[in-house]
Amino acid sequence: MSKHDNPSTHHSDVLKPGPPAPVAPPRRRVGRRAPVALLIPAALGLAFLVLPLAGLLVRAPWSTLPQRLVAPGVLTALRLSLLTATIATVVCVVLGVPLAWVLARVDFRGRRIVRALITVPLVLPPVVGGVALLLVFGRKGIVGGWLNETFGITLAFTTAGVVIAEAFVAMPFLVIAVEGALRGADERYEEAAATLGAGRWTTFRRVTLPLVAPGVAAGAVLCWARALGEFGATITFAGNFPGRTQTMPLAVYLALEKDLESAIVLSLILLAVSVTILATLRDRWINTP
Amino acid sequence: MTPVLDARLVVERGGFRLDVGLRIGAGEVVALLGPNGAGKTTAVRALAGLVALTDGHIVVGGRRFDDPRAATFVPPDQRPIGVVFQDYLLFPHLTALDNVAFGPRCHGASRPAAHETAARWLARAGMADLARRKPRQLSGGQAQRVALARALAVDPALLLLDEPLAALDARTRLDTRAQLHRHLTDHAGATLIVTHDPLDALVLADRLVIIEDGHVVQEGDAATITARPRTDYVARLVGLNLYRGRGIGHTVTLADGFVITVADTMDGDAFVAFSPAAVALHLDLPSGSPRNTWPATVAGIQRHGDNLRVQLSGPIGAAADVTPAAAAQLRLQPGQLVWAAVKATETRAYPA
Repeated sequence: MSKHDNPSTHHSDVLKPGPPAPVAPPRRRVGRRAPVALLIPAALGLAFLVLPLAGLLVRAPWSTLPQRLVAPGVLTALRLSLLTATIATVVCVVLGVPLAWVLARVDFRGRRIVRALITVPLVLPPVVGGVALLLVFGRKGIVGGWLNETFGITLAFTTAGVVIAEAFVAMPFLVIAVEGALRGADERYEEAAATLGAGRWTTFRRVTLPLVAPGVAAGAVLCWARALGEFGATITFAGNFPGRTQTMPLAVYLALEKDLESAIVLSLILLAVSVTILATLRDRWINTP
Repeated sequence: MTPVLDARLVVERGGFRLDVGLRIGAGEVVALLGPNGAGKTTAVRALAGLVALTDGHIVVGGRRFDDPRAATFVPPDQRPIGVVFQDYLLFPHLTALDNVAFGPRCHGASRPAAHETAARWLARAGMADLARRKPRQLSGGQAQRVALARALAVDPALLLLDEPLAALDARTRLDTRAQLHRHLTDHAGATLIVTHDPLDALVLADRLVIIEDGHVVQEGDAATITARPRTDYVARLVGLNLYRGRGIGHTVTLADGFVITVADTMDGDAFVAFSPAAVALHLDLPSGSPRNTWPATVAGIQRHGDNLRVQLSGPIGAAADVTPAAAAQLRLQPGQLVWAAVKATETRAYPA
């Protein structure tokens, strides 16, 4: 009913004291109380993760912060970090998504072994990974030697080397996330695509990939975050040359040896940038249905 | 006339064996009817190429698609088929229009041409207004129509429908069934519709193939099957009491010795069928014309349309339909003893 239909009723409603207007009953929570046995460890876990960050904030030299931010080398290292982590993520997506697809969709002998091998970079100390990369891609390595002789390309101790080191440690995160998404996706959509005349490549491009896009995005974010924080493999395989291979974590490590305060500042910058980017991406990609 | 589809589908899978022969002509609609687990969906998947045959063959329009003995297997994307899946499987990230255009695009049409074809099919399905909607914004009936348009848009020689109405509520089902009937009549190729609902089969199909436990138990047109069921499952589907025994003259003797008097003359193995409506219930032994009377116990009473269906146990199990008034008069309740009577002229006997 619109206002014009019967204005008098509205008036009388206002004027008459009448019965008290129905008060909305207090919202009652249907959800049950969380058990203390879960709440206490949860709170401890949160404190454990957040306290070190708070420590950084407390000890930060706030008064000299502006000068330190523009100190030579800081922005260079930050730019290099963001650039290499982004390129490493692109490399991981381009190689890792097909790898995850093969693991999830192709039935072959030794699939379990391949899956175990993929997780090796997760458990391997990054420094060991860096040594292994040197043995393969170094100037005298199996692949590196050939690249050097045939094309004159050197990977070790270059910016490309940083990307390789970061991609090596970060790729498992992407492969595992995407494979999980692929296994969770309903394969019958792919069957439906096949009955409509779509070959496997068309099905992958037009059906599978859009269906698992949130999983790929989540995997890429994890992968980028891991690449941004990469230290051990990078310093072993790519070295610590300012402007070329010195990323933020390496700069922090170097600063730590001479000046704790600048190490804190560098850490805070890395922290602020990565948290901002991750939070933005999370809202844009992951939470959208 | 050579049929569009000529197939013998043999699929063995961990103890289950499907072995079904199917021939469907151009423009013909065949319903594959059977209880859950009979192998209906496996048959559709084999025809679509989603499951490989263990033995037998699939020939569509003269082309051999699957023949294990000849080591021939054509993958699903190269078969001229259209499939409407049970829960439709519309691609959730594409609009209705793009879902329907997907097939034509895969068959080499340019994007504008595919969209034109898709728009035409959506219009035929009465869905032109909803072309821009995503599947999650469509109701069940609308999604079913888009799925049908998507399957037909590739102009399939063989159209397969797997329980196309099972996901719909009763009301939508009625409208959609009528719509589907119109589309299937227009379809020039062969159509196989899989269902467990006898009504779908009777309304939509020219011919019924009934399978149980992987094997064809009966096939024919609706009239034959409803008049002469050959298994308990089919008898239940068409709502008849069915018995098997040995006929001599006007009597058929069942395995346990019970004798049914019939109007037809029988000699040898025979089926006897009669409708639940032909069974009269009495509190006392009736006198007079009925030739078959037996004492029975009321095992259960259910609503059945406007009447009540009474399950009887006793020397033979039977269902009897009575009006609510009659049930009240007889004070029917489970466990009660009654006399059941069936006139010989109400029975139908035919060779087994």
